[in-house]
Amino acid sequence: MAGRPARQPEAAGAGRPPRPGKALRQRLAELRGPATTPHPLDARALAALAANPGCRRRALLDGAGVDKLALAQALGSPAAFGQSQFAHQRGNTFEARVKADGGQALTRLLHERLRDGSPAPEPGTTTVPDLTAAGPQGRTARTALALREATAAGGWALLDHPMVSLDIAGSPAFLEPDAVVVHPDGSWTVIEIKSFPMVDGSADPAKVGAAARQAAVYALALDRVAALAGARVRHEVLLVCPKDFSNLPTAELVDVRKQLAVTRRQLTRLTRIEEIAATLPDGLTFDLRLADDGRTVTRPVEELRAAVDAVDAAYAPECLSACELAVHCRARCRAAGGVESLGRGVRGELGGLTTVEAVLAAALGEAADADRPAPPTGDPAVDALRRAAALRAEALRAAPAAVPAAGPAPAPGPAPEPAPAAVPGPAAGPAAVPGPAAVPGPAQGAACR
Amino acid sequence: MSLITALARMEAVRDRRARPVATVRHRHLSDRPLVFVPLTTAGEAGAPLGALVGTERDAPRLLVVAQPRDRDLRFAFLAELAEVVLPYVDSYADDVDLEERKETDPETGKKVPVQVELCADAPQLLVPSGAGVEFVRLLGRSMRFRRTAEQDPETPFPAPARVPLLGRWLTHYGERSRVPGSCLLQAMTDLLTRHWATGQSHLEDQHLGALLAWIDPPDGMPGDEAALRAESERDAGGQLLCPPAGPATDPAFDNKLLAPAMARYDAARMAVAGAEDGARAERHLAELHRAEAEIRELIASQMRPTWDAVWRGLDLLRALPEGARVAERWKRDRWSYTGHRDRVRAGEPPQPRVDDAVTAAQKLAARETAQAQLEAQEALDDPLVMAGRRLAGEAFAGEVAEVVMAWSETKVPRPRPLVTVRTGDRPHLAEGVKLYRVLPDGRTQTGEFAGYAEPDGPDGPADPSEPDGPAGPADPDEGAEPARPGDVPEGAEGALVVRLTGGMGRGKTPEQGSVPEPGDRVCWTLFEHAPRGGPELPDPEATPWTHGGPPEAAVAQAPDPVTEEDLL
Repeated sequence: MAGRPARQPEAAGAGRPPRPGKALRQRLAELRGPATTPHPLDARALAALAANPGCRRRALLDGAGVDKLALAQALGSPAAFGQSQFAHQRGNTFEARVKADGGQALTRLLHERLRDGSPAPEPGTTTVPDLTAAGPQGRTARTALALREATAAGGWALLDHPMVSLDIAGSPAFLEPDAVVVHPDGSWTVIEIKSFPMVDGSADPAKVGAAARQAAVYALALDRVAALAGARVRHEVLLVCPKDFSNLPTAELVDVRKQLAVTRRQLTRLTRIEEIAATLPDGLTFDLRLADDGRTVTRPVEELRAAVDAVDAAYAPECLSACELAVHCRARCRAAGGVESLGRGVRGELGGLTTVEAVLAAALGEAADADRPAPPTGDPAVDALRRAAALRAEALRAAPAAVPAAGPAPAPGPAPEPAPAAVPGPAAGPAAVPGPAAVPGPAQGAACR
Repeated sequence: MSLITALARMEAVRDRRARPVATVRHRHLSDRPLVFVPLTTAGEAGAPLGALVGTERDAPRLLVVAQPRDRDLRFAFLAELAEVVLPYVDSYADDVDLEERKETDPETGKKVPVQVELCADAPQLLVPSGAGVEFVRLLGRSMRFRRTAEQDPETPFPAPARVPLLGRWLTHYGERSRVPGSCLLQAMTDLLTRHWATGQSHLEDQHLGALLAWIDPPDGMPGDEAALRAESERDAGGQLLCPPAGPATDPAFDNKLLAPAMARYDAARMAVAGAEDGARAERHLAELHRAEAEIRELIASQMRPTWDAVWRGLDLLRALPEGARVAERWKRDRWSYTGHRDRVRAGEPPQPRVDDAVTAAQKLAARETAQAQLEAQEALDDPLVMAGRRLAGEAFAGEVAEVVMAWSETKVPRPRPLVTVRTGDRPHLAEGVKLYRVLPDGRTQTGEFAGYAEPDGPDGPADPSEPDGPAGPADPDEGAEPARPGDVPEGAEGALVVRLTGGMGRGKTPEQGSVPEPGDRVCWTLFEHAPRGGPELPDPEATPWTHGGPPEAAVAQAPDPVTEEDLL
């Protein structure tokens, strides 16, 4: 736990969520809009946040509790997020079915998978404490109490939808795992119930990975409660899925040590919201200024866009499946010509070149062909690009007839405009080739069918 | 992503249109492929919602499950699917060529040539996306262990007659699709991304509509705009104009259109079941038909754009000339098809749930070999792919500057000519590295790297026709050619000396045309052209105890347990 941001001990007491400073809370409320209720963070969002820890935009918007879906809609780039009601129904029915018998089936499944030689849970001995309380803070406190009691009792206990909290970049997030089981030895296991099938003992790795990351966030949040209760959270979570093509539950233990370490590290690295908020101009807000009907946005789009642009984003195509604002960020990234829009891996070999225009200018900077390489510029990234461009042009020239459809005639090695004789360095790249004029425009691209 | 592909993507951004990353077609396309566009119910495993399937572009067969939770309706769907797919699969089974193959004689243990059948062509299944391939696997898995009433009269929910067989074929196709370069079952998105680079990321390329919009945008529209429209444009009712290629549906479609239609269908079914007299029953029946027709219409509307997109993709791909070595790989697919045909005919049981140790190891080894072969063959077929290998330092091409005859110092001297190749490429070479090139007659010639030619070194005086000397370029336009001391690592470019070690015949003098001449363009690769697999593995029955011992056949074949209610 060394890397975790230290919270005041009184806040950690009884598992109560930490409270951000008053000034910050006020600032976040301003950012969100004074009349707007904060949008809660869930584990899925946290797992996604941890997947892109460098994104200040997301950290701030999530931290301030801004409803990103509504924001994206107001910006005119709605994300295609949504769940089919069929999937939703199935998920709920399956979860209800798994928990139907007061946790007997779940503890039995868990015990079977543990294979640790401990005695099997006697039917009817699993306790299911009542966790109802008012508000997330109340439920968190109730959960912490129930966990302590169940640990002290030394039997099997199932906590159905407990609530735990986690401090995310300076503001609390309330999380609701599907279930937590307390073992007789005082250890706790996070239960994750998913409705994708486990066919012949294996499931879709992408989905298992997402479930493991999500469960790791829960385990992390439980860790703090466990430390106070003198218990420990097991680093293996139980993933419960339908077996094959049936509706019977089956389960596997998933070791989430790696996800735990990654999530812990990423969350501590998350730029603190205070720091981001401090760099923002005064009076900046993401308030949509909803009209009285609670739907109509009265804030001008331009203003909203400017507000969002005031915070840096770290867009990657992976965001599209994880962040509601991704379509907007992608549009901005593309408009700026950023190479990140083509994939995370692209940057690796490009050195200091960050825009498509700069890369193309550098690649086509000087007439060259494969057999007569251009003189080296001293920048390995530019040299490699030139070689790549020359080799590509040579190969396309060799087989022009064989490349039908798509696009204008294979681009010749040299740029369409006479390239300057001077070898542009990487920094001078974009400047040396006269701007977008050197790039065949959309008209040309569309005309050559 | 390699640098050269990244560059192609950036060209696509600039041109607002996809750019080629291949100059030939690297995958076999059947003259009569079976296109299969499936849809599945969100959240359910193996509960298909519908499918368009067929070999005729204008006449797809529409299959719909009006209520996916109903086992009988699902079975009816699968039976209908079997009716379309199995005759197509079988139609290739009887047109055979005879091939000679070496087989081990069980009595003598010697390898003897035997005549075996090889189907002249094989059925090809095309699905829209990678998720479609996975769905084919899942369908195969869900069907192959079903029992028909004929197989087991006691089975509680017997499957229609040909469904288990369809499951076996789909399993085979799904399994084969994991072999790199195989073409029995292919996803259109994979086919298109193999040949074109778009100005978007690999993740976004999984959307068939957006991918096609980049490659072949509608008239007058730039590809990026068209792709954006395909991805997200919705009509007034909030429905996507270009529905996802499936098998998953758009949640908005599920929630706004499909769920209400299904509710109406369910209500009509209830009403029919509860009807008290004939006249009322007839009226309810008419309602039921109407509700069913509505669902059919809805589901067809989601699949039709994808169906058209797959065929449009096919048109684009067919316009590319087929690579020279594609037929060789397709022959492996034909073997695969023939092999499974034989297993089905011999009455062998369905593929086990989990492979035994030997089979799994064999599959992995086969896939590794296929991957190596695919990479080598694609490079040899396509200068654009070779360009990527040259950039990576795995090949070099250039002009032969000089050939010096030499012989090996053995009792019977063999020709070992030294060929100096002038190239701008920078292969990762060390003394003695093996090199390969294709001879004009198609055979592979081997060589080894003998060193960098020094401009005034021991390889003799430079050919008078050579434009450059050690003193440096005479013409500044020529660029600086060989070694410029200082800024280039020693010998990193310029002239390489290759010692030919094979492909020259058996005589003391090399065969005509087997040694390149000055002025020839040659391309040497550092990778083998026909990489071989590893050593043979034992039969599954002889699996050593270290790997779990011989597999137990009985367990693998047991049907899936069925429950009264198998859906949630």
